[in-house]
Amino acid sequence: MKILVIAEHNNNALKSDTYKTVSAASQIGSDIHLLVAGYNCETVIDEATKITEVATVLKADEACYEYQLAENIADLVFNLGAKYTHILAPATTTGKNFMPRVAALLDVAQISDITEIINGNVFKRPIYAGNAIATVESEDPIKVITVRSSAFDVASRDGNAATVQLELICDSQSSSFVNEELTKSERPELPAADIVVSGGRGMQNGDNFKLLESLADKLGAAVGASRAAVDAGFVPNDMQVGQTGKIVAPNLYIAVGISGAIQHLAGMKDSKTIVAINKDEDAPIFQVADYGLVADLFDAVPELESKL
Amino acid sequence: MKVIVPVKRVIDYNVKARIKKDQSGIDLSNVKMSMNPFCEIAVEEAVRLKESGIASEVLVVSIGDKSCQEQIRTALALGADRGIQIETDNDLDSLQIAKILKVIVDEEKPKLVILGKQAIDSDNNQTGQMLGALTKMPQGTFASNVDANENQVLVTREIDGGLQTVSLTLPAIITTDLRLNEPRYAKLPDIMKAKRKPITVRNAEELGIDLSSKVKTILVEEPPTREGGVKVEDIEMLIQKLREEAKVI
Repeated sequence: MKILVIAEHNNNALKSDTYKTVSAASQIGSDIHLLVAGYNCETVIDEATKITEVATVLKADEACYEYQLAENIADLVFNLGAKYTHILAPATTTGKNFMPRVAALLDVAQISDITEIINGNVFKRPIYAGNAIATVESEDPIKVITVRSSAFDVASRDGNAATVQLELICDSQSSSFVNEELTKSERPELPAADIVVSGGRGMQNGDNFKLLESLADKLGAAVGASRAAVDAGFVPNDMQVGQTGKIVAPNLYIAVGISGAIQHLAGMKDSKTIVAINKDEDAPIFQVADYGLVADLFDAVPELESKL
Repeated sequence: MKVIVPVKRVIDYNVKARIKKDQSGIDLSNVKMSMNPFCEIAVEEAVRLKESGIASEVLVVSIGDKSCQEQIRTALALGADRGIQIETDNDLDSLQIAKILKVIVDEEKPKLVILGKQAIDSDNNQTGQMLGALTKMPQGTFASNVDANENQVLVTREIDGGLQTVSLTLPAIITTDLRLNEPRYAKLPDIMKAKRKPITVRNAEELGIDLSSKVKTILVEEPPTREGGVKVEDIEMLIQKLREEAKVI
């Protein structure tokens, strides 16, 4: 087994998804190479060499990789790919963007969003929005896999991997970066947070999310939202937790004013502990919550914050 | 310019998927089937490009047995011009689907191929990107805005941290996210008109592609169910439970 993991980063730091994907890779085998493709990404390379399970860090530090354009990253990974039995990337919007191109170039299938590794050929993955779990077996010589990082632990960081510099420039020219509007926040990112506080339609408007932000800051939590809250225009889409948004599995998930539609549950039901605060005692969210509080959120949330 | 929209027939998104007793897959007998919601958004976007004078023709392609002609008719009623059904009884993977679509793209030479980002049955999120690699076209996936002219397209993409805009030279691939548009409902006169629009049927076996899949589904099972817990009386009790029982704060 020779495994290539593609690191997710922002040219400054590794995303936690990378650590979790390496930890998934280590369940398949121990010869793990980690590709860091980016631009001016020295700090990321340093961080990558410290991941315990990583044997070698492959460094591709070129302008054409700065924005992780799918065309360029896929060509780069394709050029390296034939040497490996498994190629893994996190099932983030970045991994989902370039990995199917890698698979098609290598003429193999992709196995998307795996949540469990049975062995090097057999994997579990959710289908039908998590309403069923499929066990699939691949006979392809190279397995191209995206990993649902919330299903795996974080790899440890006391390693000292060697770095190999790649001299491969893949620049398709047919696609170029124009701009990015990233949500700025001091809070942890949703997929990496230990605690997530989410609001739904019951929040009534975007301003009221300040209540949740204040509670989140006290807990060191990330703030999420249900699709209903996003569709109502309360908060931007990148805060959405659910089947069509982010999948999270924190230690503590606090659902506030969220009814608990299947679409939302698909994104958070693997959380360790779930708390629901809702004034409707029949809300379906209470069927999955470890602790349910039937109360008006506008009283309960400030009270919770003040008594913590 | 010509626009191709591949569409998939899937279980209707309002229907709960039931697992077959032998755990070999999802039971689709006597279940309402519809066009994949993300594909509907793709059809809508292509039709809007036509209405704004940018696209000249919208071609819809669906791969499957005869029943997927229903979804092609739906797309024709929404404003597409003609359809191609690729006949097959095989359960194909995204890679085989992308290879079939490449044959059609090579023949029809569209400037844009617009696809749903994923189908709500297999949840793979692969076909558009694979088609991009096979046809060497650039891609704008998870699109929430599309701004096209004769030579290039600006695609705003929904990414984990916010939004990203890329510029692609045509021909190009676009995959749709939920917020790209709100698909219209077909009006009765358009449904009638769609019955006269042409659908060409071709056999997948005759396209010269290896249709065998290297990935087998061994088992389909229920996800682990989560037991509901207890109701707490007040905030004090909640905090106490979180500290002493769950030990998460």
